[in-house]
Amino acid sequence: MSQRVFALLVAFVALVTLPYWMTGVYYVNVASQILFYAIFALGLNVLAGYGGLVSLGHAGLFGVTAYATGYILQLGFGHTFSIIAALIIGLVAMAIYAVLSLRSTGIGFIMITLALGEILWGLAYRWISLTGGDNGLSLKTRPEPFGFSLADANTFYYATLVVFLLSLAAMTIFVRSPLGAALMGTRDQPRRMNALGYHVWATRFYACMFSGLLTAVSAVLFVYYTQFISPQTLALTSSAEVLLMVISGGAGTLLGPIVGSALVVVVKTVVSGFIERWNFLLGAIFVAIVILMPEGLVPGSTRLWRMAWRKRKPRAGTVTGGAEAKS
Amino acid sequence: MTFWLVLAVNSITFGGLLFLLSAGFSLIFGLMRIPNLTHGSLFMLGAYIGATFVIGMLGVKLNFWLAALLATIAVAMLGALAERLLLRRLPGDQMAQVLVTLGLSFMAADFCLMVWGGDPLSVNTPATLTGFARFGALVFPNYRLAIIVIAVIVAIALWLLLERTRLGAMIRAGVDDPDMARVVGIRVSQLFTIVFALGAGLAAFAGIIGGPILSVYPGLDQDMLPLALVVVILGGTGSLLGSFVGSIIVGFIYNFGQALLPELAYFVLFLPMLLVLLLRPQGLFGRHVP
Repeated sequence: MSQRVFALLVAFVALVTLPYWMTGVYYVNVASQILFYAIFALGLNVLAGYGGLVSLGHAGLFGVTAYATGYILQLGFGHTFSIIAALIIGLVAMAIYAVLSLRSTGIGFIMITLALGEILWGLAYRWISLTGGDNGLSLKTRPEPFGFSLADANTFYYATLVVFLLSLAAMTIFVRSPLGAALMGTRDQPRRMNALGYHVWATRFYACMFSGLLTAVSAVLFVYYTQFISPQTLALTSSAEVLLMVISGGAGTLLGPIVGSALVVVVKTVVSGFIERWNFLLGAIFVAIVILMPEGLVPGSTRLWRMAWRKRKPRAGTVTGGAEAKS
Repeated sequence: MTFWLVLAVNSITFGGLLFLLSAGFSLIFGLMRIPNLTHGSLFMLGAYIGATFVIGMLGVKLNFWLAALLATIAVAMLGALAERLLLRRLPGDQMAQVLVTLGLSFMAADFCLMVWGGDPLSVNTPATLTGFARFGALVFPNYRLAIIVIAVIVAIALWLLLERTRLGAMIRAGVDDPDMARVVGIRVSQLFTIVFALGAGLAAFAGIIGGPILSVYPGLDQDMLPLALVVVILGGTGSLLGSFVGSIIVGFIYNFGQALLPELAYFVLFLPMLLVLLLRPQGLFGRHVP
């Protein structure tokens, strides 16, 4: 146990001091991307991992908040108002999305969420008077909370880190809460949970709302990071990428989506610099991970680590979650 | 009046194409419980492979129908291969199936971009069907009418296959209750491969048949997959009649939506699907909720 705490402490210190040991705006920006995508992946993990509800339309919800932020800013409102309004709009969108999709589970849920995501994408793409179509919306400035301008890469990184740590804390509390336990119960034994007197639908609905909140928060960070939003962000590819983050890291684990986010963002930013055919590689990674490591990287490597641990005594100074330090 | 009639014929034509695409999707969904997200890619692959031979890109120029047959067989074999090698390993694991089929569709899309480039290919209509049919003041291209005829023929053939043959009876049994079907000695796993190949072949056939109307371009897969999805949710999974009626409805909504409300065409398209989900979750002709 103390080893786990030590590893998390090392990861925390590494994250806080990151701009000092990983100098260069480019790398700090990559780290920011990993963090806000990790929040997005955490949000999807609530449903896909803990709830057993694979949502393929989350990029649409992500896009709703991002577009709302951009649009309200364009109307001339301040940053604080825009962010709060966009979060509320994102949650309302999630509520509608949940009511429609929770009529079904399993494949039905996947299909409905996929269709809903495509509707949102279609709206962003075609409703040009609202969204600007393919030209997208641009944001002129980043906010300045408490007088710190987020225009600089380092300050933006720290703002993202704070939000990320808060989200991770919320996630930890959620997983250990009665609601989290009930959600996992509805994933594994919905009928038994129903017989025990739990309201299965309501449990899933609350989980959707929590997932929607994390998604909306990450979308606000995203839209301020890129200062641009276009229909591409809502495409099925984006939904699939986030799902890949969750599954590659380990669905239904706390740290899995973070590792998955680091993996996907690093491969995407680094590899796309070398190969043009990035989508082909992404597809191949999808297939390879599902076939070779279906449980995900974090549970997979934890299992390997435990096996090695039992055979011989550990050397001092080794850190369990190598991937955590990487992020 | 002419405008409406032409639009209506176009809608039925498009509905016919959608039926060819979604009949297989619906069967795969109904029998194997697999959300086959490669279905759009199979459509596009069929279109590209067919176009290659119709245009004569490899130096081999074939008759349109021969090219269509070739593309259909090639893609059906690809589908069977994907089912045998990949999907077979993931029974019941929907998250894995979604990821694998999505991964394959990304690979297929990028592969097409790599091989055929980013420019759209236009496919000429077969020489025998280039003319127009006149009905009083109305003029319809022969080819569009031919597509309707083909779709109806395929629909009848599929219906006969499913309702009147031993194989069809086995497939129906598999759709209704795979475990029971296995118990009475039906080799359901073999059926899976057959149905998957059949669905893939039909999608490819739709792709090449639709080539002269839609042309063949990157992103065709992403345009078609949601439509197939709407058809299946609307009509009900595993139901041939459902796919047929759903396709015609979607064909009408899509074409009329494009013409009347271009900005909201997508939204209008998905409205009936939402209504069906709310009022009749098993779809218009489906027997059970997916």
